[in-house]
This record gives sequence, structure tokens and C-alpha cells, in this order.
Amino acid sequence: MFPRLRFGLVLTIERAHLDEIIAHAREDHPDEACGVVVGAAGSDRGSRVVRMINADRSPTFFRFDPAEQLRLYRAMDDADEEIVVVYHSHTATEAYPSRTDISYAAEPQAHYLLVSTRESGQQEGPVEVRSYRILDGVVTEEEVRVD
Amino acid sequence: MPVEVRIPTILRTYTGGEKAVSGNGETLKQLIDDVESRHPGLKDRLVEGDGLRRFVNVYVNDEDVRFSGGLDAALSDDDVVVVLPAVAGG
Repeated sequence: MFPRLRFGLVLTIERAHLDEIIAHAREDHPDEACGVVVGAAGSDRGSRVVRMINADRSPTFFRFDPAEQLRLYRAMDDADEEIVVVYHSHTATEAYPSRTDISYAAEPQAHYLLVSTRESGQQEGPVEVRSYRILDGVVTEEEVRVD
Repeated sequence: MPVEVRIPTILRTYTGGEKAVSGNGETLKQLIDDVESRHPGLKDRLVEGDGLRRFVNVYVNDEDVRFSGGLDAALSDDDVVVVLPAVAGG
């Protein structure tokens, strides 16, 4: 069940974007935080982080608010952008996709980034950050390269 | 005039890669049946039993159809239907 790191798969993410995602996860702890990094279509490089409302406001579930998600879609469509990273936090478990995460994963081009705040909560301290590709229910972990 | 249906990346395998297809129907249900006749397989990804699958969000002219009748939502000429995969998890 433990995923193999497949050679060549990598998420390249800017330090400022990753810091923003971790800050979001800490702020919303113990609820799960969620959002995206969007970038030019086909570039596989994020240009901005968009925090999304967790409509479930839950420590164990997240769901993008459908109205906010549509606004995001419109903005991306107008700018010829796409979702490069879908991120969310786990607040009591490891940064590995849950069964629910896998069943919902429906952005074939996206990197699924998980942040676990279970160790430090809202405080400064260690956080676990891992990234995956999820295609047709198959999870493949990938390297996270920060630049 | 037909209704335009915007197709998300994950479902474009059913539309030959097209980002949008057109169809006809007075309700969302009729529209999906009409589109299914040319793009078989799509309906099963959108509909489960008598309702929409929880994995997808469907909007008619920017309104989430969960609040406007679901599959019975009424359609008019030149409406735009957007299908987005729900982004959710645990």
C-alpha cells in the first residue's frame, strides 16, 4: 500500500507558494484547509495560490464551496490557466491521501499536495508536506522540489 | 438554439477532447440524454439513479443546479451548462 516514488515525477513549487499553503493549513487547524495553485495551462508551474473555503468546515472532510469553485473556473478560463496543484491539510493524520481523497481526485493534470499539521497544530513547528499524482484511483507519490 | 455544455478535462475522453459540446433539452435530464446519444458514457459519469452524482457540480448560467431542481432544472435556448468535478476529500 505504501506508494513508490516514481522516478521522474516531481512537483516544482515556489518557496513563497509553499509557505502560503502551510500558513493557511496552520490558520485553519484543527479544521482542514484547502485550495489550489493555478498556473498557465500546460505549463505545470504555479503562478499564484488561491485559498478556497472549506464548505464542510470539518477536521475530517473538505469540499470546495461550489459557487466559489465556479468563480475560480471562470477566472482561470479567462486567463487560460488551469489548476496545477490541489492542496489540503490533514490535521490528525499523516499527509497521505485518504480513501475519500482518492475517490474524488478528478484533475488529471494536477499535483495533489497534502500538508499534515498534526504535530504542531497552529504553532510554528514541523509540518509534513507530500505530493502525489492520483489517476483512476492509483496514487503515486512524487518528489517535492522547492525553488 | 442549442445549449452549450462545458466539459471538464477528466470527461473529455467522452467528447473526443472537446472542451464544449452542444445539445438540446427542456430540462437538464433531457439535455444529458441528448448529449449521451452522441457521447456515450458521459451520462454515467454525471447521473446516479434519479440524481446527479455527488462527485460533480453542474451549473446552469452560473447557478448550482442542486438549488434549482437538479436534473429537473429547466433550460432555455442559449443557456450555458458548466460541469466541474467536485473538489473534495477527507
